[in-house]
Amino acid sequence: MRNVLFVLTTMAVIGLAFWAYRENYATQEVLSEVETLHRDIGAAHARLAVLKAEWAYLNRPDRLRDLAEINFDRLGLLPLRPEQFGYVDEVAYPAPALPPVTDAVEVQGTLEVTE
Amino acid sequence: MTRTPLRPLARILPARDAGESPAAIERENLRVRHEEMRDRARTRAEGRLLVLGVFFFAAFLTVGVRMGMLATSEPMEPRASAQGAAISAARADIVDRKGRLLATNFETHALYAQPPLMVDPAAAAKGLAAIFPDLKEDALLRDFTGKRKFLWIRRKISPEQMQAVHEIGDPGLLFGPREMRLYPNGSLAAHVMGGASFGKEGVSAAEVIGVAGVEKYFDDYLRDPANGQRPLTLSLDLTVQAAAEQVLYGGMKLMNAKGATSVLMDVHTGEIVSVVSLPDFDPNNRPRPATSGDQGDSPLFNRSVQGVYELGSTFKIFAAAQAVDLGLVSPSTIIDTSGPMKVGGFRIGEFRNKNYGKLSVADIIVQSSNRGTGRMALQIGAERQQEFLKSMGFFDATPFEIVEARTGKPLLPKRWTELSAVTVSYGHGLSSSPMHLAAGYATIANGGHMVAPTILKQNGPRLGPRVMSENAARAARDMLRKVVTSGTASMGEVPGYAVGGKTGTADKPRARGGYYDDKVIATFATMFPAHDPKYVLVVTLDEPVETSGDKPRRTAGWTAVPVAAEMIGRIAPLLGLRPTVEPKALADITLTSSN
Repeated sequence: MRNVLFVLTTMAVIGLAFWAYRENYATQEVLSEVETLHRDIGAAHARLAVLKAEWAYLNRPDRLRDLAEINFDRLGLLPLRPEQFGYVDEVAYPAPALPPVTDAVEVQGTLEVTE
Repeated sequence: MTRTPLRPLARILPARDAGESPAAIERENLRVRHEEMRDRARTRAEGRLLVLGVFFFAAFLTVGVRMGMLATSEPMEPRASAQGAAISAARADIVDRKGRLLATNFETHALYAQPPLMVDPAAAAKGLAAIFPDLKEDALLRDFTGKRKFLWIRRKISPEQMQAVHEIGDPGLLFGPREMRLYPNGSLAAHVMGGASFGKEGVSAAEVIGVAGVEKYFDDYLRDPANGQRPLTLSLDLTVQAAAEQVLYGGMKLMNAKGATSVLMDVHTGEIVSVVSLPDFDPNNRPRPATSGDQGDSPLFNRSVQGVYELGSTFKIFAAAQAVDLGLVSPSTIIDTSGPMKVGGFRIGEFRNKNYGKLSVADIIVQSSNRGTGRMALQIGAERQQEFLKSMGFFDATPFEIVEARTGKPLLPKRWTELSAVTVSYGHGLSSSPMHLAAGYATIANGGHMVAPTILKQNGPRLGPRVMSENAARAARDMLRKVVTSGTASMGEVPGYAVGGKTGTADKPRARGGYYDDKVIATFATMFPAHDPKYVLVVTLDEPVETSGDKPRRTAGWTAVPVAAEMIGRIAPLLGLRPTVEPKALADITLTSSN
């Protein structure tokens, strides 16, 4: 009986030691993964900062003003003036969609009706 | 423990028989017992000492070993910390009120040389001179072949230049990483931004420090690593600032002025939405301070807060508002403005020696009569006038949060005599910055509360103590509106925005005393919409001349006013202000009832 208890205890110690060993290595692995991720996050932050700076640089008012002037023929952009304020009720509703043309005769018929 | 008796019969009896004293036996036994007790106590004490000694030895050994380990091991960051990416060493960004970038950091490299490591100094010097045209080949060669072991060549280089230096291929040319401060919008809001430069420099890093403007004022906040992800949010609006700069620059050129400044302030929160001072500079490449000539002409000079000028007739409204507040006059009280008027032996004249005769208080402001405001100032008295101006902040530098603001301390009369009271009432004898004037007008615009200008975005109104009554402020606003509808600022009308304001044309003082005849500071201080003001705008032009007529015109009505009107037309829509119809009838009823 005592021997059995002894063997069982020894096996339990061996088992626990193996578990602790594996946990230790798993922790180390996760830690190095976290480190890699942190490095990646840092690099991504740096890249993001550069992109933000570049975005701000490309959107600087001087440049946008010059671009609006260069492309005036196509875009016709002018500074916002007070006269351009309007109310929502001044905007016309979109015209109702025309009924689908199913038949040439029908089209002719509606035209006659409207006139 | 068996206790041996002190008088054992076995020994006492023979001793008695022998005629010896049994007491000697008792003493003997007592001595033996005491010796035994002493020996036992000593052994126990020695044991305790040993245990304590071992304990202390172990403790000191542990501390010593740990110290030794700490001293000899490489420093390492804790690997298992939960956060690490959240703390960044970079200087915090600066953004405008809508979160658009005004200042950020950029990674770049510094170039340095270690001549002892060089393989071919001559080729390196030649290559560098080809890449950087401002470096001299022979000077570089002298440095590379001399005694120097280390020298900086460039503080900041672009990636292209770095590649070109790599291609020289000399092992003695080395790069150090640098965080550099970048202002992506160039010269936009240059005076607010200020600029940054390097502080302590090392090969692997350099600290970035602010040298002017908000960069210097908030240096501690911006450098704090805990604020790395929390940008400093200013009250400026990028688009409004850009539009204001463009309009003011155009106005300055059209009016042939040598400098100009404008301040746009929210009247309830004190937020400065745009502040421009021209000429300006590029904070990415901040010029050195001028060593010769007038500092006031340097592009670094911030006219909006550092430039203290006599702002002329724009001050008249303060005298009128105070007189109404004290109940001395109402807007319709008639005051005789005819001359001659002498105060303290000094004659008070009008613009171009006009004589306006009898005018109501409102018309004194509309016509801009010096004698009229002077008479009101005499009624108010020097004491009360001083207190009033002091309560609006005209006696101290503005609390505006850029370092230059501290130097913009108003120039006050040394002794505030009756004459000073009269001249100050029409804006002479007291020099203040346009920022002061904007804060003063904001007081009138928001209904009589003092409000301090700020560059930081605010969450709600920040009204200070009451300076004048609601009624006085409203009366002053009505007078200012009349100046635009029927007075000296008729060009300032912007349909839909009900501009109210006051012009001011002050002769520039000569450096040696007296005034120039042909150099003026023209100012237009406005609020819009006058019936419910949201913003105050102050436009000041330095030495403007309008030359479209037969004679050059210098008054603010011809110079600063059209510029300000154009600016309001441009920026009010950007601020989201919808043009409104002025409530005319109400104003009339108010006037009738006050009569």
